[in-house]
Amino acid sequence: MSGREDELRSLLVRGLAGDGASYHAFLKDLSGFLRAYLRGRLARIPDEVEDLVQETLLAVHNQRHTYDPGQPLTAWVHAIARYKMIDLLRRRAGREALHEPLDDDALFAASDEGAREARRDLAVLLGQLPDRHRLPILHVKIEGMSVAEAARVTGMSESAVKVGIHRGLKALAALIRQ
Amino acid sequence: MDTDQLVAMLARDAEPVTRGASGRRFATALVAGSAAAVVLMLALLGLRPDLREAVGDAMFWVKLGVPALLLASGLAACMRLGHPGSRVGSATLVLLLPIAAIWLLAALALASAPPSARIALVLGDSSAACVASIAILAAPTFAAAFWAMKGLAPTRPALAGAFSGLLAGAAGALVYALHCPEMAAPFIATWYLLGIAGPAVVGALLGPLLLRW
Repeated sequence: MSGREDELRSLLVRGLAGDGASYHAFLKDLSGFLRAYLRGRLARIPDEVEDLVQETLLAVHNQRHTYDPGQPLTAWVHAIARYKMIDLLRRRAGREALHEPLDDDALFAASDEGAREARRDLAVLLGQLPDRHRLPILHVKIEGMSVAEAARVTGMSESAVKVGIHRGLKALAALIRQ
Repeated sequence: MDTDQLVAMLARDAEPVTRGASGRRFATALVAGSAAAVVLMLALLGLRPDLREAVGDAMFWVKLGVPALLLASGLAACMRLGHPGSRVGSATLVLLLPIAAIWLLAALALASAPPSARIALVLGDSSAACVASIAILAAPTFAAAFWAMKGLAPTRPALAGAFSGLLAGAAGALVYALHCPEMAAPFIATWYLLGIAGPAVVGALLGPLLLRW
């Protein structure tokens, strides 16, 4: 278990330094752990699990600058997953749902690799973003253009494209919360 | 969009992260907020006219020291509260040191004063103005500290808001001390701490509304 954590941690640290392949592997592995973990915690509402896996992944990505490499990865990921889970339960059912047990053990104990369709389609939410956010994300993050190409296609400056991606992904998280 | 597609989208062309950005964000907030507070203080209140003599008085430095220590421990707590999974514990204990110190000084001053003079030591001449002025001078740092906290990931938004407010109140009190002529420890132990607690309470109420992510 701690071996898995060390492995994940080094993938994240390399990812934060700009190694895209490591970062991709980190998010992929993390999604499996999150799915297994949240499935255990949200046994009564299994339909919500994949939505919450996606919401937590987006939060991990948007707040990745708050990870301190000297800190245990479990503590950081767990605090984010727990925050998002409580937020979901509050949104869902208010008080009664808060009685769901929130144990903080065994985040990396099991993994579930089967990526499922979420009930909420993030592609639809992306479509609701204003163009200054939507187009940079569409061209760079989904179609795979470089920032320079996306800037040419949209007529935006390169820094506006980068800012649009950054703020757009935060705006996407805000749309999910509504 | 399935989860694998989301992972691919997030990972593609992800910007590298610069280290130490959150510390710089809070430093920027503090410098900008305090500078604005100094400008407000000079424009609305003015420096105390006897500042030259006051710097020779130990009480003047106590009056700066209490909010300065609250500022430092508030900053440490904010940095931890903004980072998921960091424990806040010891940072809140440091907070109690300046409070205990000024209460001790206040108790000594009250004990050694004649009973008839004690109430005047607490009330001073400017208690209402003190609390209101600290609140006004705290406002710029309050906004700046919330901006800085908003850029992090507080998992306990009420506490994060409270400490952001405390940070702002302490900055406001520090700047107000350059104007305020009161020199009695019981006055500082009461009204300065109340002035700092005000923004902290407001922060605790606003945190859950403004610090979601």
